[in-house]
Amino acid sequence: MSMSVAISKNSKILALFAISCTAIVGLVNELTKDRIYHQQQKQLLSTLNNIIEAKRYNNELTLDCVKVNSLALGSDKQQTVYLARLNSTPVAAAITAVAPNGYNGNIELIVAMNVDGSINGVRILNHQETPGLGDKIDLAKSNWITSFSGKSLMSQNDSRWAVAKDGGMFDQFTGATITPRAVVAAVKKTALYFKENQNSLFSQKNDCQLTNEVLMSDNEEKTRDDNEN
Amino acid sequence: MKINDEFKEIIWQGLWKNNPGLVQLLGLCPLLAVTSTITNALGLGLATLLVLVCSNTTVSAVRQWVPKEVRIPIFVLIIAAFVSCVQLLMNAFAHGLYQSLGIFLPLIVTNCAIIGRAEAYASKNPIKQASFDGLMMGIGFSLVLLTLGTIREVLGQGTLFDGAHLLLGDWALVLRIEVFQFDSQFLLAILPPGAFIVMGFLIAAKNAIDDKLTQQQPKTEQQNIERVRVNFDAQ
Repeated sequence: MSMSVAISKNSKILALFAISCTAIVGLVNELTKDRIYHQQQKQLLSTLNNIIEAKRYNNELTLDCVKVNSLALGSDKQQTVYLARLNSTPVAAAITAVAPNGYNGNIELIVAMNVDGSINGVRILNHQETPGLGDKIDLAKSNWITSFSGKSLMSQNDSRWAVAKDGGMFDQFTGATITPRAVVAAVKKTALYFKENQNSLFSQKNDCQLTNEVLMSDNEEKTRDDNEN
Repeated sequence: MKINDEFKEIIWQGLWKNNPGLVQLLGLCPLLAVTSTITNALGLGLATLLVLVCSNTTVSAVRQWVPKEVRIPIFVLIIAAFVSCVQLLMNAFAHGLYQSLGIFLPLIVTNCAIIGRAEAYASKNPIKQASFDGLMMGIGFSLVLLTLGTIREVLGQGTLFDGAHLLLGDWALVLRIEVFQFDSQFLLAILPPGAFIVMGFLIAAKNAIDDKLTQQQPKTEQQNIERVRVNFDAQ
C-alpha cells in the first residue's frame, strides 16, 4: 500500500518538474523565435553577400530562391538556388551543393555562378575533414577556396578542372589530395548543372517567398542532424 | 569565520583537490573533443561554467521537494532545460558566439561533471554554497580545458588564440600569436589521441605535485590511500 502511495507521489512530482521545465523552455523558445529567425536571415544574407557582391543585385536575395532536386548537385536531398537579379534581370545564382566523396563524408558547399557561366565565388558550409590537412578548404584556415573565383568551365571535359596532381589548375594540399579533388569535382558539376538549367532556374516559381520560415527550420534541423553525426 | 573556511574548502576542492577534469575525470568527452585550440576550450569552458552555476543553484533551491528515488531524472530535466535555454538565448542575442559554439552547447548536457555536482553536492547543501561550488568546479574544469587547449594548439599548429575572433569579436584578431612556424602541422596533437596523451601527462604532473606537497609536510596522521572519488563532504 505505502509502496503505491510513494510511487504515485513520486510520479506526480516528476511530472510536475517535467511540465515546468518544458514550459520554461517553451516560453524561452516563444520569446526568442522571431529574433532567431531574423538572425538566421541576416547570417544567410551575409554568407550570400560574400559570394555575390551586394551592389550587383537589388532583389531580396534570401527571399528569392528555387528548390531543386538533382543528382548533379551531389545528393538526393533538396538543394536551394538563390537568385540574384538587378531590376528583374538575372545576374547570378548561389547554388548549394554536396561533395559526397570527401575524406570524412559529405562536404556541403555553396557556389555562386554568374549568368555568363563563370564562377563568382565558392564557400564551404559544412565539413568534417581532417583538421590541419583537409580543413584548408575552409576560408578560415586558408584562402584556397577563393581560387575558384573568376574561373569558368569551357566544356564538360575541361581537363583544367582537376587538382594539379591530376593535371588540372587547382592546387592540392600537402598530405591531402582527396578533399580538394572532391571539392573541385563538386564545383565543376554544379557549374555544369547551372549551364544546363540556367534559364529554367530563373523562370521557376519562387519557393522562398511565403514558406521561408518553414524552410529555415528545415535547414536548422538538418544542421543539427549533421552536428550530431 | 567558520563560513569562510567552508568557502575556502570549496575553492580548494574545485580548483585542485577534487578538480572535475583531473581528479574526478568527468566530462571527458567534451574535454578531449574540443580542446584542439584555446578558443574552443575557452568557449566550452564558459558555457559549462554558466550551466554548472545555474543547475547547482536550482538543484539546491528545490532540494527539499525532490524525493531521492526520482532525483536523477529531475536533475537531468533541470540541466537539459538550462542548456536549451542558454542555447536559445545565445542564438537570439549572441548569434556570432552561437555560430562558433553551436556544436559544443548540446554537448554540455552529456557532461557528467554537471550532474555529478548536482548529485554529490548541490542536492545536500544550501544555495549559497551550492552556487559557489558550481562556480569553482566550473573554473577548475575551464582551467584544465585551457591548459589542454594551449598545449595542443602550440604543439599542433604552433599558434595561440587562433580563431579567437569567432568567440570574442573582430578585435580579437590581434590576439593570435604565431609561436613557431611548421611546414606541416603536428597532427597527433590536434587529433583525439593527442588529447588523451596530453591529458595523461597533465594528470601525472598533478599527482607528482601532490606527492611533493605531502613529502614536504611533516606527517600529521596516518595517510589512508584514497581512491578517486566523486563525493566529498565539506561540512
